Amino acid sequence: MTTTPTQDAPSKTRGQRFTSAAANYIDERTSISGAVKELGRKIFPDHWSFMLGEVALYSFVVILLSGTFLTFFFQASMVEVHYEGSYAPLKGIEMSAAMASTLDISFDIRGGLLMRQVHHWAALLFVASIGLHMLRVYFTGAYRKPREINWLIGFVLFILAMAEGFTGYSLPDDLLSGNGLRIIDGMVKGIPVIGTWISYLLFGGEFPGVDIVSRLYILHIMLLPAIIIAAIGVHMLLLIINKHTQFAAPGRTNNNVVGSPIMPVFAAKAGGFFFIVFGVITLIASTFSINPVWVYGPYDPSPVSAGTQPDWYIGFADGALRLVPPGWETEWFGFTWSFNIIAPLVILGLFIAIVAFYPFIEAWVTGDKREHHIADRPRNAPTRTAIGAAGVTFYAVLWAAASSDLIATHFKLSIEGVIHSCQALLIFGPIIAFFLTKRVCIGLQKKDREIALHGYESGRIVRLPHGEYIEVHEQLDEYERWKLVNFTDYKPLMIRPNAEGKITTGQRVRASASRWFFEDRIAPVSQKEIEQSKDGHH
Amino acid sequence: MASSAVRASRRSRPVGRRHPLATVALLLVGLVGTGGAYALFTSSATAETSASAEALVEEGGKLFAANCATCHGLNLEGSTQGPTLIGVGAAATDFQVGTGRMPLAATGPQAEKKPVQFTDEQVQALAVFVASQGPGPAIPADMYLTGEGYDVSNGAELFRINCAMCHNVAGAGGALTEGKFAPSLDGVSAKHAYEAMLTGPQNMPVFNDTNLSPEEKADIITYLKYLDETPSVGGFTLGSLGPVSEGLFIWIFGLGAIVAITVWLTAKSN
Repeated sequence: MTTTPTQDAPSKTRGQRFTSAAANYIDERTSISGAVKELGRKIFPDHWSFMLGEVALYSFVVILLSGTFLTFFFQASMVEVHYEGSYAPLKGIEMSAAMASTLDISFDIRGGLLMRQVHHWAALLFVASIGLHMLRVYFTGAYRKPREINWLIGFVLFILAMAEGFTGYSLPDDLLSGNGLRIIDGMVKGIPVIGTWISYLLFGGEFPGVDIVSRLYILHIMLLPAIIIAAIGVHMLLLIINKHTQFAAPGRTNNNVVGSPIMPVFAAKAGGFFFIVFGVITLIASTFSINPVWVYGPYDPSPVSAGTQPDWYIGFADGALRLVPPGWETEWFGFTWSFNIIAPLVILGLFIAIVAFYPFIEAWVTGDKREHHIADRPRNAPTRTAIGAAGVTFYAVLWAAASSDLIATHFKLSIEGVIHSCQALLIFGPIIAFFLTKRVCIGLQKKDREIALHGYESGRIVRLPHGEYIEVHEQLDEYERWKLVNFTDYKPLMIRPNAEGKITTGQRVRASASRWFFEDRIAPVSQKEIEQSKDGHH
Repeated sequence: MASSAVRASRRSRPVGRRHPLATVALLLVGLVGTGGAYALFTSSATAETSASAEALVEEGGKLFAANCATCHGLNLEGSTQGPTLIGVGAAATDFQVGTGRMPLAATGPQAEKKPVQFTDEQVQALAVFVASQGPGPAIPADMYLTGEGYDVSNGAELFRINCAMCHNVAGAGGALTEGKFAPSLDGVSAKHAYEAMLTGPQNMPVFNDTNLSPEEKADIITYLKYLDETPSVGGFTLGSLGPVSEGLFIWIFGLGAIVAITVWLTAKSN
């Protein structure tokens, strides 16, 4: 894609002359050409799933822009005021300045409602695209060495994005956000011994107090965004240092990256893509209402609306609370132990920790110290894909449980039935998903193997001279076959004594984990097998 | 513009007294005429109504015996199939029959709204009959049902405090236990909303006049009317269900559109 520079200077147009003069001016003063040369040749492979992280980045930019607009008008204060704006059903109602200013942004400031909706929809898209991006990285094994650190940073970004979302959701001080905070307060208070202290510290006294909005505001607009921007910086830096992964194809090896360079192709595409993402968000924001705080009204600790849910990314935690069986509470040593809170906290904490450290766990099990730059097809790592499917199922059940009441009303079910089904699914769903996915992966691998060795069925039936009918199998060409046969294959680790001649417990655990991971496997087709199968045909 | 086109096409259809809907229209005119006259008659001259009231009670009694007595008993005493109706009053009868919930089509978690089985007069007759058998809450006066001249912001606050936990802040409805649910309040008439508050049908609590005064009920009705008549300022509401529908929307349509675009951007040109 490189363009050769024009040889003869005099034939340059005025525009070109200006560009080269300007570039020269800047380069002589900053020596930036070195960086541009390095960075400009960074290669991005073309695959749609590699653009999901970009979506997250661009929606974050949209969030920053719209959020800045909102800060001009939002008052992060819980001072009591009487609303006197233009929304009739709240006129004269006592509320916090935060709520009143949110209403003013929505009704009395030009473009305010659009900006609020852009900000909120972009936030939902931000977390959703991060989630999908993580799933892509997971299922293609793109977190393997040397990218484990970047997975961890990405994970931190995911948690920070959720924190940003939740703090933002709580700022307007409307009924919905106040109820969300009340649940957080309840969860914090459910932590034994220290819970009540933490709650008082957080809210500056008994819930809801008069401080929480301004505290969350500082987190929301300063601390969290600053950390997110820094983490995005490191994330992108590591992306450049580690280079992109790519799917196996002819000419693509572990030592190269095939795709378009940043300059000029990718930069143009990415710039255009930013505006497309911005456009999609704006289109949604201008046609679909989101978080109509005026309907919810100001926060008041007594009312709770039916269908009170957090934004989607906190839904799994809400679902976990809803699925706890009743009566999980006892008193030990003079303290109340609310296992209905502690159990979800512990389970969710474990789940999140497994997500964060999975690359390290897998690296330990495989004992693989090699660098991997070729992305796996999910089927070629059946156990990993199956674990992922189990995790997705677990998360999805929790997520669905958060909308148990809406599932009940919309599908004419009883809410108890929905909850009990979710409880059963939470335990059995991941197990079923694991075995099903593993079987499907192995089946697909077998199919791939067969196609690589014997070609695909052409549907052409030929009658041989002696009357036999055969279906002609068309062989794949070399390029197509390469995609099917080129993947890393692992075998279960052998238990080996260490330097002192001992077999440690760690070794045993590792060997059994490795066996569990890799005992069901389909070996990739070898060159020898391909040649043999060709001989068989001819 | 679209409605005028529809109107024009309607006009172009064959008209006259042989029109297939002519009988229906005639019937409607007759019913509205008699009903209107009756309403005028009852509201303007109470002294003269005693004779027609007796006739109404008699008609209501007949309707009751034919349609309701199987479960509620011939003397409203109730049975294993249905509760006693002594003392439920005209308001409860008007609500249950007037919204089609009664007569019950089938037993289930709760009686659901369905097409009304009786004419307005018959509903009236049933209500009068039930009220004649034992005193109970009466059908609310029209002055509380206009949705005008009352305090909409007080109504909104009362709604959030008293109603939103089951019916949702936007009146979109919500789940109750064992398959029961609080229905959506979209399009519920002022009279039925008032009667529901007054009598507490199905699982709904009773909000009697000392709990919520008639003026406060009228405030709530004003707010409901406001919700019904004011278009959503932010665009389509996605069912007013809150974050669940918003989350589903962003995953399916928002991220779906974005993924479609990424596929398009990285597609090989041919």
